[in-house]
Amino acid sequence: MKKETLKKFQSLLALLILCVLISILTDKFLSASNLWNVLRQISVNVCISVGMTLVVLMAGIDLSVGSILAFTSAVCAGLLTQGIAFESMDLYIGFTWVGAIVVALIAGLLLGLFNGFVITKFDIPPFVATLAMLTMARGATMLYTGGIPIANLGEKFERLGSGWLLGIPIPVWITLTVVGAGIFLSRKTNFGKYVYAIGGNEKAAFLSGINTKFVKLMVYGISGITAAIGGVLVTARLNSAQPNAGTSYELDAIAAVVIGGTSLSGGVGTITGTVIGAAIIGVLNNGLVLLNVSPFWQQVIKGLVILLAVIIDKKSKK
Amino acid sequence: MSTVNEHKSGLKLELSGISKSFPGVKVLSGVNLTFYPGKVNALMGENGAGKSTLLKILTGIYSDYEGQIFMDDKAVTFTSLKDAKLAGIAMIHQELSLITQLTVSENLFLGQEINDAWSLPNKKKMGEVAQALLDKLGLKFSVDTLVSQLSVGEQQMLEIARVLLTDARIILMDEPTSALSDKEILRLHEVIRQLTIEGKTIVYISHKMDELFRIADNYVVLRDGVVTGQGKMTEISEEALIRMMVGRDIVVNKKINSSAQSQSALIVNNLFMAHPTIKGKLRLDHINLEVKKGEIVGIFGLMGAGRSELLHCIFGAYKSSASIAINGKSVVIKSPREAIANGLAFVTEDRKEEGLVLDLPLTSNINLTKSDGSWVVNEAKELALSNDFIQKLGIKTPSAQQLCKNLSGGNQQKVVLSKWLATEPDVLMLDEPTRGIDLNAKNDIYELIKSLADSGMSILMASSEIPELLAICDRILVMSEGKITASFSADEANEDKLLKAAI
Repeated sequence: MKKETLKKFQSLLALLILCVLISILTDKFLSASNLWNVLRQISVNVCISVGMTLVVLMAGIDLSVGSILAFTSAVCAGLLTQGIAFESMDLYIGFTWVGAIVVALIAGLLLGLFNGFVITKFDIPPFVATLAMLTMARGATMLYTGGIPIANLGEKFERLGSGWLLGIPIPVWITLTVVGAGIFLSRKTNFGKYVYAIGGNEKAAFLSGINTKFVKLMVYGISGITAAIGGVLVTARLNSAQPNAGTSYELDAIAAVVIGGTSLSGGVGTITGTVIGAAIIGVLNNGLVLLNVSPFWQQVIKGLVILLAVIIDKKSKK
Repeated sequence: MSTVNEHKSGLKLELSGISKSFPGVKVLSGVNLTFYPGKVNALMGENGAGKSTLLKILTGIYSDYEGQIFMDDKAVTFTSLKDAKLAGIAMIHQELSLITQLTVSENLFLGQEINDAWSLPNKKKMGEVAQALLDKLGLKFSVDTLVSQLSVGEQQMLEIARVLLTDARIILMDEPTSALSDKEILRLHEVIRQLTIEGKTIVYISHKMDELFRIADNYVVLRDGVVTGQGKMTEISEEALIRMMVGRDIVVNKKINSSAQSQSALIVNNLFMAHPTIKGKLRLDHINLEVKKGEIVGIFGLMGAGRSELLHCIFGAYKSSASIAINGKSVVIKSPREAIANGLAFVTEDRKEEGLVLDLPLTSNINLTKSDGSWVVNEAKELALSNDFIQKLGIKTPSAQQLCKNLSGGNQQKVVLSKWLATEPDVLMLDEPTRGIDLNAKNDIYELIKSLADSGMSILMASSEIPELLAICDRILVMSEGKITASFSADEANEDKLLKAAI
């Protein structure tokens, strides 16, 4: 029993040790402003990672989240600044910030569903299908923006990225909502149970009458939505859409999922674990910057931490 | 490097006072037994009797045990798999460990390749040695065949061939026939005989009594970690052996009163299934069958006859064409989902592959088939249902939250049964419902099937074990090469007739 509980809190323990270590090495870490900063920084990765956790729990992978983030960011910013214009008809449709966000989320959902459709309909490995989407969505972003950032999105929208509500930054509120929804979905709904079942044994799930294709399709759709939420957050924080935003974010998300103890072969893992995994990466990034470690070394260290986490996880499961 | 022509004879293997504990349980206590060279030594016992622990000690996986092991009266200790292998102990596992994308010859020599003067693999030489070995075992396939093209039985024989290629003097076989057809079993037994003539020590683990009486010379019975008997097979009866294993007499009461009624519950007409790999060939050819309400219909067939495929097709898991009627109403079933909605349930053969999500708790597995359409899980209701089945079927588990991978085979099978009974089906299909589980659990399952039929459920059950079919079925269909070749009522059926129709 004791060993079991220890296992459960293993990654949380690692996070605490990391925090203690960094706060011993530098006194800048434990200031309120820095901690809020860390939370704000990890909020995007946490959002993406919630969707990624569901995908990985189902023994899948989604490499396209970074590109979907960029695309939805561009769509959101583009609609806010230019709207949609049909010049031949002399028609112009403008968007409020709410409208722009809704369209961006729908765009993310559709791209995710496209991933799921290709994977379930043509039986293409998720790695390949989402790799193709990684390229396509990035290309579409470039086409839409012409490779130029879209800036000046208005005060209301900016507040979403830098504002506070009840003493907590708004991006953190949004992220908490996404995490809460993810935990509810994975633990309390039949849909969530099916995700675990498919990841644990797809054949048994299928023979139990579960519509495995539909569940898969929806999970990739959800991953598209969470990537789009990340896109909106990035856009609001920078008050602009960068065409190369989100590059290699998929790797950060996968790292968070894996550090959080979710098995890449599916069936085992939790969203809470993933959130802790994302926090470990965030705190590590922040600490290394505070300690003036060169960015090159930062990457090496981050890689080592991922390896270490997976090795410890594997050992403790034996 | 050994070749086929060298033979090392077997060794006497003696265990003296072997005990082994895990935290909280003593799995083996004071085990004294002897396995003799030139003999087939049967090792028997129910699941949990300590057989697998004993095997792990003999193969060097567990080295922290009390007591001593003697080989030809010399004390030995193994601290690793390699130690045991070097001492000449080889184990043939229940699960196949071949690499299916490599050829027969490549598999045989994997990790023990013969090299030429340039340190490159000498394919010609290995091919010759492999061929000689296959000839000796009477195996007809070529050494260049891909293992994926071999039948399960042939693969099992290949596993044995691989062990023979090493200097094995004591060969442990764990349920070697569980995937073999009767013909292949005979072939395997011939090979085992040959090995004993060469003086090898064979330790043969099996649940199948008839087989043990055919092949084994000596027996050792384990129960709850203690040796409850050992001696010569010729001097013991089946009943006496069973008593040593379970501590009480097990009798499968033959079903006397058929509960079959006149209305038909399941009618399958003109079922055809295309062969999955060979174009233009049929895997299932013109199958017609009927199960009446409350009737238990058995399907007998050898490995590869198409029993399992037939049940998968009826359940909508494999593509086929057929006209199916349930309770007199014609239905279209294109997926397991639709099958369940129409009152069918299907207890699959392979618990680990098709039956359970092992990483999920018992309660999640039992409730997996219940799609009541609600979005949010009703945990209290799910738990109540699970506890109900745990009690009704006597599933041994600390709680409903226990992960299925921590349960024994018999209890896992009861979970699979629960998950299908939870759908309250009209027709329950079972595929090898007692494969690889111990006698007590088997009997529980027979009694359960009989009582379900009495309560009006219709049962369609595929099995390769004739005694169990004879004991509980009202009618037995026989399949061979994708066709139904015979149908017997309970009174007409006997072992000879079933076997004749199956070949």
